[in-house]
Amino acid sequence: MAKTSTIRWLALGLGLALAGPAAQAQPAPIKIGELNSYSKWAAFTVPYRQGWQLALDEINAKGGVLGRKIEIVSRDDGATTGDSTRVAEELVTREGVSFLFGSFLSNVGVAMADYANQKKILYIATEPLTDAITMAQGNRYTFRVRPNNYMQVGMLVDQAKASGAKRWAIVAPNYEYGQSAAEVFKRLIKERVPGAQIVAEQYPALGKIEAGATVSALEQAKPDGIFNVTFGPDLTQFVREGNARGLFEGKSVLSLLTGEPEWLLPLKDEIPEGWTVTGYPWDEIKEPKHKAFVDAYRAKYNDTPRLGSLLGYITVYMIRDTIERAGSVETDALIKALEDAKFDTVIGPVTMRGLDNQSTMGAWVGKLVLKGATGGMTGWTYNDGASFMPSEADVKAARKD
Amino acid sequence: MDPSFLAIQALNGLASASSLFITACGLTLVFGVTRIVNFAHGSLYMVGAYTAATLVPRLLEFSYGPMAFWAGILASALLVGLIGILLEILLLRRIYHAPELFQLLATFGVVLVLQDVVVQVFGPQDILGPRAPGLRQPVEILGRRFPSYELVLIAAGPVVLGLVWLLLRKTRFGILVRAATQDRDMVAALGVNQALLFTGTLFLGAFLAGLGGALQIPRVAANTGMDLSIIAECFVVTVVGGMGSVPGAFLAALIIGQLQAFGILIFPKSTLVVVFLLMAVVLAVRPYGFFGRPEIVGGSHAVGISSRKPSQHGVLAWIAVPLLLALLPLVADAYFLKVAIEILIFALFAFSLQLLIGVGGLVSFGHAAFFGLGAYGAALAVKWLGAPMGAALPLGVLLAAVGGALIGALVVRLSGIYLAMMTLAAAQILYAVAFQWVEVTGGDNGIVGVWPPDWIGARSAYYLLTLAVTAAALFLLTHLIASPFGYALRAARDSEARAEAIGLHLRRHRWMAFTIAGASAGLAGGLYAFSRGSVDPSLLGIPTSVDALTMLLLGGIQTIAGAPVGAAILHALRDWIMPLTAFWRLLLGLSIIIMVLVFPHGLVGTLARWREERT
Repeated sequence: MAKTSTIRWLALGLGLALAGPAAQAQPAPIKIGELNSYSKWAAFTVPYRQGWQLALDEINAKGGVLGRKIEIVSRDDGATTGDSTRVAEELVTREGVSFLFGSFLSNVGVAMADYANQKKILYIATEPLTDAITMAQGNRYTFRVRPNNYMQVGMLVDQAKASGAKRWAIVAPNYEYGQSAAEVFKRLIKERVPGAQIVAEQYPALGKIEAGATVSALEQAKPDGIFNVTFGPDLTQFVREGNARGLFEGKSVLSLLTGEPEWLLPLKDEIPEGWTVTGYPWDEIKEPKHKAFVDAYRAKYNDTPRLGSLLGYITVYMIRDTIERAGSVETDALIKALEDAKFDTVIGPVTMRGLDNQSTMGAWVGKLVLKGATGGMTGWTYNDGASFMPSEADVKAARKD
Repeated sequence: MDPSFLAIQALNGLASASSLFITACGLTLVFGVTRIVNFAHGSLYMVGAYTAATLVPRLLEFSYGPMAFWAGILASALLVGLIGILLEILLLRRIYHAPELFQLLATFGVVLVLQDVVVQVFGPQDILGPRAPGLRQPVEILGRRFPSYELVLIAAGPVVLGLVWLLLRKTRFGILVRAATQDRDMVAALGVNQALLFTGTLFLGAFLAGLGGALQIPRVAANTGMDLSIIAECFVVTVVGGMGSVPGAFLAALIIGQLQAFGILIFPKSTLVVVFLLMAVVLAVRPYGFFGRPEIVGGSHAVGISSRKPSQHGVLAWIAVPLLLALLPLVADAYFLKVAIEILIFALFAFSLQLLIGVGGLVSFGHAAFFGLGAYGAALAVKWLGAPMGAALPLGVLLAAVGGALIGALVVRLSGIYLAMMTLAAAQILYAVAFQWVEVTGGDNGIVGVWPPDWIGARSAYYLLTLAVTAAALFLLTHLIASPFGYALRAARDSEARAEAIGLHLRRHRWMAFTIAGASAGLAGGLYAFSRGSVDPSLLGIPTSVDALTMLLLGGIQTIAGAPVGAAILHALRDWIMPLTAFWRLLLGLSIIIMVLVFPHGLVGTLARWREERT
């Protein structure tokens, strides 16, 4: 007969042996790398992070994907091309993430696209808008969620036809995004509005606009229409000086991104009414799924959503769907799952076109109006990105692969 | 061009000139008295703007009217003045005896700290200030509308000039400020309470910076990029006007304001470079700015490498250290090797700057110019000539050497802070060229696809290559420092008059120093381009130059080992801190400040001193 203590030890051993597999039943989480300009462009990126955090929590609460939870390792990308590629390298080699998403500035997006191509890792650009990311610098590893410059400028130029303005002035920040938006505008306005000409162009350095001098220079050329690409602090100064000097009176103004709350709210009650803008009228969108998103966001963060919030939220859900369809986190499987993938998002169906890796996420276009103490959009419609994509011929001519 | 438009544009220029003058006046006063180049001046401007944008609306809710508005503006400026006093007492006072450049390093740390503090205290969103009560309606000038607040701004500049002039001429404090600007040592010898004088000057300088920022709020939204955007312009104004000269700053601000207002009509994309071109032109004609006076010769320059017996351990160290480092790939992972490669590259970059600062006594704020030229030279060779790395890298070095020769030729006529600012101007002009010349350089996207050939492409192989090249370059440079050429440079640094008296050709030696330093920095740049696979204009930008200075000063300019050690510390610190938290700038800034306080001669320099004191 074995001693009592031996039996106890055997029982303990058996217990541990049976408990062992249960303790290891929790599989390793899927690690995804995210990088964005959290210090320099917090007005956009902090709500964006809240958006993807909300989606992440919802997905993990339902058990994650493929039986594993998702873990997003998020870093500040320093808002420069050098820092962002170094951070990306750290995420990939040290943290061992399966793929990357994020970025805000267009030049950073271009650098990340090249990095992804070189290291053969999937990169989903969320906010960078320059066409180059899916055209001239496009590659099979880089995808983009937001509608690019060609699409958004196209949506605005369609509105330009009705205004009848022929003499156009452009003001755009002097870096990749501004230059590419200006180029697209010049091309499209001449194609779609017969007799249109560009009478003035101003390219203030990003964040350093001399608003008074810029407004005077634009005024001097006596345009009928103004195409504005500035955002953030440049936009705020431009609007204030323009209003003070009466630049916008009697002119049609098309403005990229100004209707988005992150750029509209800082203007407070000095909204330039009547501007035709792309934006995000979150409070007036009626679809129930979108309302649910807004309610969940407001409940969790006690703040109203920005476009960045929507973008982060949609992107993480798209990632979840992609991983599920791929059945793994191998780069090639994910890329295959993303080509011509259809997603059912809170703003409706969105497709990731396989030809150029550009999603058909659209934008809301409407006119700015003062609503109480802040601004909003009126007469807006949602333009599905699918109707504004670059043509197949253009894409084939621009892309190198 | 009708006259009404010209008039309005000129008034625009005057308004921005006024704002610029008020801020730059503070900087020039502080420099004149304390000889500190206060990089944190832009941050104080930003704090002034944020404070006013938050305070003034609250006061206006209380009682709407001009009194509340202007009281709020002045209160914000006073608050910033108090911050300036805090800065002086807590930080600057402890390092007055340290070499000049050291205080600069401390102010870099303060810039980083304030950047994060401002976001924490005021939030990430830009804050648009209220319009000034009573000045909301525009005025009609020659048939065009002009904001009335701008007219007040235009008047504010000369008012501040007048008040500062009165202060400097009619008060005792002003007399002391002028005396200290002229000859600081004499003022100390005459028994003036220097501590109080400096504190008062810092208060005045910070007050003016805060006032400049606060006055902006009706036209500019307070945002987190303000500090860096204003500081470069302030430096240009103070240098062009002459360091320490308030009327000079006024004149310079006027010219710059007009140039910017009319420059955008001729070259819409010229905003990046117009001020620096002006500085280059002015310094070429008047090496001390408009009303500046020649720097007091001798004594106040940063102490650099002094002659000492070559240590017996020297040869051993030169063999042992590279051997040890060569074993790194056996233990380190791919990411660690990447960081190590970058540390080696920056060590070479900082050491090339040491050649100029520590050996030649020539402070350069624009060293990124050569680094960027080397990188771009290699990248352009790859893109346009299809050259392999073996050919592209030497071509990059060649381009950087040519750049060093050209810039050196322009710069050796100058001295002291003017030389430093001229190098900054050269770097900024190159930056603007790289940014604007999109067809050749790819604009702000830069050039991609600059990869080394496959046999050296693996991380550990490239690491060994970098190690070999860097070790060889450092070895050669060290021997150069111990050679007659190095001695001649040091003689010129320590006493120009004596050096000339014994027949040394000062300018030629300094010019050669620039060329060699340029080539070395270019080599570092080329290696960096191939390690990253791409180049972009930020390699030529101010932050890169600041990095080189920071690394060098952290390590200490008195020793050979200072530059590499400083590079290792800063880069490792940054790499360690950045992923830790969103407040990495705050942590990094605090670390730099702490290191400045604990090691007032740089890490290696202070350790060397302690060792000497013990023996």
